[in-house]
Amino acid sequence: MNPNNYLVLAAILFTIGALGVLVRRNAIIVFMSVEMMLNAANLAFVAAARSTGTLDGQVAAFFVMVVAAAEVVVGLAIIVTIFRTRRSASIDEASLLKY
Amino acid sequence: MLTILMLIPLLGSIAVFALPAARETLAKQIALGISIVTACGAVFLTTRLSGLGGGFAVTEKHDWIPAFGISWSLGIDGISGVLIVMATLLVPLVIIAGWNDVEKIGRGTVKGFFSLILILEVFMIGVFAATDLFLFYVFFEAMLVPVYFLIGRFGGPQRAYAAMKFLLYSLVGGLFMLASLIGLYVVSERQLGKGTFDFSALANMNIDPATQKVLFLGFFFAFAIKAPMVPFHTWLPDAAAESTPGTSTLLVGVLDKVGTFGMIRILLPIFPEASKYYTPIIIILAVISIFYGALLAIGQTDMMRLIAFSSVSHFGFIVMGIFAMTSQSMSGATFYMVNHGFSTGALFLVVGFLVSRRGSKKIEDFGGVSKVAPVLAGVFLISGLSSLALPGMSSFVSEFLVLLGTFSVYKDVAIIATFGIVLAAFYILWMYQRTMTGVPSTEVTETVTEITKRELAAIVPILAVIIGLGIFPQVALKVINPTVNQIQTHVGLFDPVASTTPSESGS
Amino acid sequence: MTAALIGLPLFGAATLLLGGRRTNAWGHFFAVAMSASSFFVGIFLFIQMLGRSGEERAVGQYLFDWISVGRFHVPFGLHIDQLSMVFVLLITGVGTLIHVYSIGYMEHDPNRRRFFAYLNLFVAAMLLLVLADNYLLLYVGWEGVGLASYLLISFYQHKPSAAAAGKKAFIVNRVGDVGLSIAVMLMFVTFGTVTFEGVAAGAPQAAPSHVTWIGLALLLAACGKSAQFPLQSWLLDAMEGPTPVSALIHAATMVTAGVYLITRAHAIFDLSSTARTAVVTIGAITLLLGAFIGTAKDDIKKGLAGSTMSQIGYMILAAGLGPAGYVFAIFHLLTHGLFKAGLFLGAGSVMHGMNDDVNMRHYGALRTAMKITYATFGLGYLAIIGVPPFSGFWSKDEIIHAAFGQNIYIGLATLLGAGVTAFYMTRMMAMTFFGEARWEKGIHPHESPATMTAPMLILALGSAFGGLLLVFVGDIEGWLEPIVGIGHSDHAVSNTILIPVTLLVVLVGAGYGWMTYGRRPVPVVAPENVSLLTRAARADAYGDALNEAVFMRPGQYLTRALVWFDSKAIDGTIGGLSAAIGGLSARGRKLQNGYARSYALTMLGGAVLIAFVLLLVRL
Repeated sequence: MNPNNYLVLAAILFTIGALGVLVRRNAIIVFMSVEMMLNAANLAFVAAARSTGTLDGQVAAFFVMVVAAAEVVVGLAIIVTIFRTRRSASIDEASLLKY
Repeated sequence: MLTILMLIPLLGSIAVFALPAARETLAKQIALGISIVTACGAVFLTTRLSGLGGGFAVTEKHDWIPAFGISWSLGIDGISGVLIVMATLLVPLVIIAGWNDVEKIGRGTVKGFFSLILILEVFMIGVFAATDLFLFYVFFEAMLVPVYFLIGRFGGPQRAYAAMKFLLYSLVGGLFMLASLIGLYVVSERQLGKGTFDFSALANMNIDPATQKVLFLGFFFAFAIKAPMVPFHTWLPDAAAESTPGTSTLLVGVLDKVGTFGMIRILLPIFPEASKYYTPIIIILAVISIFYGALLAIGQTDMMRLIAFSSVSHFGFIVMGIFAMTSQSMSGATFYMVNHGFSTGALFLVVGFLVSRRGSKKIEDFGGVSKVAPVLAGVFLISGLSSLALPGMSSFVSEFLVLLGTFSVYKDVAIIATFGIVLAAFYILWMYQRTMTGVPSTEVTETVTEITKRELAAIVPILAVIIGLGIFPQVALKVINPTVNQIQTHVGLFDPVASTTPSESGS
Repeated sequence: MTAALIGLPLFGAATLLLGGRRTNAWGHFFAVAMSASSFFVGIFLFIQMLGRSGEERAVGQYLFDWISVGRFHVPFGLHIDQLSMVFVLLITGVGTLIHVYSIGYMEHDPNRRRFFAYLNLFVAAMLLLVLADNYLLLYVGWEGVGLASYLLISFYQHKPSAAAAGKKAFIVNRVGDVGLSIAVMLMFVTFGTVTFEGVAAGAPQAAPSHVTWIGLALLLAACGKSAQFPLQSWLLDAMEGPTPVSALIHAATMVTAGVYLITRAHAIFDLSSTARTAVVTIGAITLLLGAFIGTAKDDIKKGLAGSTMSQIGYMILAAGLGPAGYVFAIFHLLTHGLFKAGLFLGAGSVMHGMNDDVNMRHYGALRTAMKITYATFGLGYLAIIGVPPFSGFWSKDEIIHAAFGQNIYIGLATLLGAGVTAFYMTRMMAMTFFGEARWEKGIHPHESPATMTAPMLILALGSAFGGLLLVFVGDIEGWLEPIVGIGHSDHAVSNTILIPVTLLVVLVGAGYGWMTYGRRPVPVVAPENVSLLTRAARADAYGDALNEAVFMRPGQYLTRALVWFDSKAIDGTIGGLSAAIGGLSARGRKLQNGYARSYALTMLGGAVLIAFVLLLVRL
């Protein structure tokens, strides 16, 4: 099986996600973009696993999912807390941690 | 045995620190008692050195990090023995002298000060007694911590600056030493099959001269900063002037000796070829230090800084003696380290007495003290005379031995250096003239009182040692000589023979 | 026994210094007792020594091993021979007399106990100097007397001039000590030992250049301690000390240590004509310079100090003549010790009567008011100018005689010196004891108490008959011969001509002095319009001005420049380095702007860069 198409799709998804992280201000959208990048990586893993016929890539994909799930839990909790205190979900306003 | 000697002040330090902050007097008493016990122990251990022919005594060795050949190994020889005795004798006197200094000066707690001094004593013993280079390095760096707090917490108005400067200078030097130390380990791994930090094993290797020259520099840089030699000396006047007199005494009297101790005990045996190669440059630096320190001492207006600069000059003599590599010069240099600890210590403590009365370190704020406090002035004069190496005092013996030993190999250098003794007389006696003689001002008559019994108890033993060793220097020289001979033989040098051998009846 | 000589006064000094105020009441008597008992021990040893024949008179006493490193062994050993014995008797004898004198002189001083402690310390150090059996131990005594001298010159510590004078004396002496130190080092390098015996034994085999350098270094040491040109400037300032100190230390004993050193090291000087020539030259310059300074001083003590310089110049010169002169150097040292101590004590007595005024222009006509002082001072005067049969005549004439044997110019210098000596001493006599009274208001000169006049009388007797005794009874030449040898150089001028000529020169000098100061009234204020020469003499021949211009002033600038250099250049470089690092990191932290998106961009950039590099490397 030729994984090229899958890999190109993964690259497109990853680029969209990365651009989303860079240009969007809303924390939720940024968060979704991060998830998209993770899923792009998962797609690449699975595609690679399928093409080589080994399980390694699939195992890696599961790890990524577990980590992503954990990240969602912590990340959303932070975002919700920030929103509660600052009445805004813009990440540019949460720029207190600087020089 | 040496571990126990180190444990005594360590436990004492913990005990003092554990006391409630209000029990100040008890903290002082415990600290004093512990330090006296330690001093007795050190003197006792040094007596074991007699008749050993210069090797290590009371050795002990326990594996620490076997993977890297690092062990907890301690031992004393003639050089480290006398230095440990000097250090441990100074600690109780510093505690007595600084009995009341802390409340007046610092914001740290009283028990903290004495606890830190005891911790420092542990590391001082350790750094001199370590026979494993890695252990030496650990103690070398660990000493910085208590001193940093002693200066930074309990010092004068510029203490934070001085403490930071001291720490950075020492750390930079230590970094170079660490690099060389690792290099040395790699070399030992190649040569011996298994890497080691053991001093004797390293000294018995034949490192090729080119490698020696590189590794030498790292160690020398660290020791030159510590010693301190011009131009790496500027931390010393600040640190000495800002800390309490007791801290200055230990700092200049003991800590700085680690630099010169390292030169004679580590550089010479491990890098004999490189030591010989760099000798001309180092001797020139030493002579520059002698005169630079003395001239700057003359130019100072602050007594503590003046003493600090005089020490730079004295360290020049010590380094010159070490690198002249004759038995007289090296024994003299080692003896000089001991004497300098006592004489500079005495000066710092006496100036401390003066400062605590008048509240100023400026020379111009004094004058005529001998009128109101003749005994204090007399003690000050004796300490000063010891610093200018008056014959009859121990410092004369060591200074003369250094000059004599240097003279037998480098005549011109020794003759130039001899003129340094004129400058020494000048800065000491001029300071005495400006502070002690003349008609006292009203501020002086109101504030300066005669020396107290406690202060006498701190200073008199030092002066007794100075004069005693001046008349019977063999007490110390007998311990030092064999080790120095061993080092000299190891380096492969011999004393030059007199050009004319007198007939038998003449000797 | 020998050790007791030093031990007794040292014990006295220690007791008085450590005992503190408790010893105030009896301290001075104790000090006198210690000094006197040391003198009696000296007499005892002297009698013992007389009992032995010439060669066996030298006795050594080994106490313990002082310093021993490698091949360098220095015993703490004492050595007493005929030469040391002469000094022991002079030091303890004159020392004890001056102790007694000081009881009266220092009676009202609150620090009398300290004064006596220092005097005892001085006696001990000076004895160590002359009894040591090696050059390094001699060095201990050498600086020990320097310390005692420092303490005693600056004894009146409230006076800034006294404190400065003490410091100056110590530092100038230290320059000389550098010479001694170098000499000892050279001895060790050359001979492998620093004992008198070893050096003397090794000297003939040593390289001549080494011997010459040792001699020159020893000369530098002697110049410092004996106030010889060019290190003479401290002695005049040293007169700030109490007068008994000037008599004991700066006239009779310590300043003659240089002569002792050269005589003791005769084995070195015998072998080097260069070193001897240097010694003679220095001696000749100083004897003229000192006499010259003495002619213009109005301060009675400074006048005497100039005279001391000059007389020591005679001794140094004699010592430089080699075996022909050593004996006469020591002989003159002894007679000088007696009459100069007497003169200083007389000056002290005058000052005591005149409320511590030292200006001779305020004196005059004191011969009636202070009869004993006048008589003793007068005897000292006759002795110093060399009138037979007083003591100075015997020793000084021998030196002049030996000098002519060496070289006609040196001989003429000593002859000229004798004339100038007669002039300034006559001037001093005339201004002090003759003429009309020029006393300031409220001054009532009176004779000093018996504790002061008794030592003066004894010393006056010594000035009068010391020379006679030493020549005819003591046989000083025979006594010292086993130590230094006797060499009779071919005397160019015989004594039968020389003595009348010398006496004539002395008479001219004295006569001129009398005509100028005895017959004419002396102005109370020193005249301003005087010749350049007088001005130079008043300014100590510009010795201080020279020191100031050559050493002190440039030294000050150098020190200031170095202090600036240290704080700005060295500390500045380090400080600049840390400031640069600080500045860089201040810039660098601006990157940390708090925007998560910009961090993400940086990360992305980094990741792309790494990917790019990886691709590049693989290709």
